[in-house]
Amino acid sequence: MGRAAVRLAAAFAAALVASGGAWAEPAYRLLPGGTLRSVLPDDAAGADVTVAPFQLRERPVSNAEFRAFVARSPDWARGQAPSLFAGPSYLAALADGADDAPVTHVSWHAAAAYCASEGARLPRWHEWEFAAAADATRADARDDPAWLATILAWYSAPGSKVPGAIGQGAPNVYGIHDLHGLQWEWVEDFNGLFVDADSRAGQGKRQLAFCGAGAVSLADRRNYAILMRVALLAALDSNHDGARLGFRCAR
Amino acid sequence: MNKNSKPGLSIVSSAALAAAIAMAFVAPAAPAAERLPVVVQELVAPPAVPPRITRTTPAKVVVNLTVEEVEREIAPGTRYTFWTFGGTVPGKMIRVREGDTVELHLQNLAGNKLPHNIDLHSVTGPGGGAAQTLIAPGNEAEFTFKALAPGLYVYHCATAPVGMHVANGMYGMILVEPAEGMAPVDHEYYVMQGDFYTTGQYRAGGLQNFDMQKAIDEKPTYVVFNGADGALTGANALKAKAGESVRMFFGVGGPNITSSFHVIGTIFDKVYTEGGKHFQENVQTTMVPTGGSTIVEFTPRVPGELVLVDHSLTRAFNKGAIGMISVTGEERPEIYAKGIKRPLPADAPMLAAKPSTTPAPAPVPAVKAAKATGAVPTVKAVARAPAPAAAPAPATHLRARAVYDANCSACHQPDGKGVPGVFPPLANSDFFQQRPYEMAHIVLNGRSGELVVNGEHYNGVMPPQDLSDDDIAAVINYISTDMNNGKPVLDAAKVREMRAARSK
Repeated sequence: MGRAAVRLAAAFAAALVASGGAWAEPAYRLLPGGTLRSVLPDDAAGADVTVAPFQLRERPVSNAEFRAFVARSPDWARGQAPSLFAGPSYLAALADGADDAPVTHVSWHAAAAYCASEGARLPRWHEWEFAAAADATRADARDDPAWLATILAWYSAPGSKVPGAIGQGAPNVYGIHDLHGLQWEWVEDFNGLFVDADSRAGQGKRQLAFCGAGAVSLADRRNYAILMRVALLAALDSNHDGARLGFRCAR
Repeated sequence: MNKNSKPGLSIVSSAALAAAIAMAFVAPAAPAAERLPVVVQELVAPPAVPPRITRTTPAKVVVNLTVEEVEREIAPGTRYTFWTFGGTVPGKMIRVREGDTVELHLQNLAGNKLPHNIDLHSVTGPGGGAAQTLIAPGNEAEFTFKALAPGLYVYHCATAPVGMHVANGMYGMILVEPAEGMAPVDHEYYVMQGDFYTTGQYRAGGLQNFDMQKAIDEKPTYVVFNGADGALTGANALKAKAGESVRMFFGVGGPNITSSFHVIGTIFDKVYTEGGKHFQENVQTTMVPTGGSTIVEFTPRVPGELVLVDHSLTRAFNKGAIGMISVTGEERPEIYAKGIKRPLPADAPMLAAKPSTTPAPAPVPAVKAAKATGAVPTVKAVARAPAPAAAPAPATHLRARAVYDANCSACHQPDGKGVPGVFPPLANSDFFQQRPYEMAHIVLNGRSGELVVNGEHYNGVMPPQDLSDDDIAAVINYISTDMNNGKPVLDAAKVREMRAARSK
């Protein structure tokens, strides 16, 4: 663990040095924040959560961008990253991936290191959920069944294809692309979503992933598209990756 | 580990506690587990079941179950993305013995899109294995439990949103045989009922998406056995000989609709109600809850078709909950006699019912003329209808037959021969051959009153059929080509015209 931490710190330092170099500045958009009716409320009473203003990357990180990162920080190359931080299929699709497609098969640690190299971090769940509630014209489109159906249709398509190019559809009202319909995304606090600090809640919220127990602690049970995101994050460990799992950064 | 920590416990203390518990339990249990013989579960596609267990001592049963997201037909010409255990709906059946230790390996294939897990109702413990097996695509979860209580249990995916995972086909059953074993029978079958929610209506063609609102409203588009409309009919019908014993493991995956499970044409000798220990005898229909099961045993006595239905009958008639058991063997008229039908005597009292207001039917060919034509269709009669140029595509043909089986065969019989004096024949029918358009009109609008077909008089009522234009055209063409040796006679556009004319 100690050695791995040192290597992570080294990678981080290398990334900071590299950031002095010249490459295209990734676009971030300012989101105003505010109160959010989250599927994972702040307390057992289902209170709205407050999201502070934050900047979110307009697009998910692409294969081209991640290849450049690995070139700057070889510690994060496939086969180099310690197994504690990256599983056997880490970056399995990077070599053959299209430049403009999102990077996949990336672990949480690698995603976090990448964001650090941009002077950023992974978005927190409530930030991601806040941004993903918007469609092209509305800040919160979640009560529109037609919009939810569009998102769900992505899950209905069989999963044999890898994600296509980034930014093919319209951006949402904040100018953010591809929060739905392209891939899954890491969030910074994926691992803490299900532990409830408030003991009055009784059962840990991790139970929400399962069967009827989910109905106890979820605030918006009709939003199947978002619930699937939560379920996926609950299924992950930080060194896991997946053929449709990528990320974007926030700051 | 910290994901599992409970409120109030720090990460470190919960990890330490878990480690202590693990050591406390593993140490004495390990030697016992090692002594168990290892059996790898044989997995077979439903309606087949793994063989009866003849072991008399416990074993460790290793089950390798894959999660597979697949697109396939839910009805002829209608496709849907199913999420499955083992590639089938229902999922592959697991068969163990009371007291066995089950080591389940759940593999979420890397090509899948979604996280999945499994909750087995045969597990004694919170979540039934759900927490232990929640995995993203490209991962495997291993989970071990002891099968303490014999019975027939449903298993299902329990990942949020659970209703959607189950509605897409993620359920199956595990049979825990009692330690004393189960009596041998001639046939064992595995059937599960499930409800499906598609954006299009029943049998609308093409690829259909899941309809969240219909699911929440509990208004299924399909209620079917073994994951598809027609999974147990036609060539897929279950088979038995008269006098052979049949045991059926029947469950309901849901997610919402319970079953009034009934087999038309037999009486269950035994029903192990709710899949439990005790049986009731001589049962006609048994109620099966969603997430529940039953074991039924019966012996067909005479040849013919037995029909599996959910006796909430519009599900059977309009949503697909139909299956068949094809029984062969010797006729036994002392049990099941042939019927005799005759007209009432002329002096029998008339009903005081209001006379039909339907206008007299259009003139039909004279009896003699019809007889002269005989069973062979005249080219002239068929040629009067402008035939679409191309022969129907195989998929259209398959679809047409399915439409026929579901909507026409109950009265006009699967072979189209009808029932003399009651339901007019469609096969080798002079009426059909001479007036195919009128046949489409009847399907569209229904008909009552007198009718002469092949010289025989009929006076019944046929209700309008709620079918799409495509399906009406397809089924009329099917009757023409397959039952009357003719050509396709009309297309959906023509039916649309007829429908429009009706609504004017």
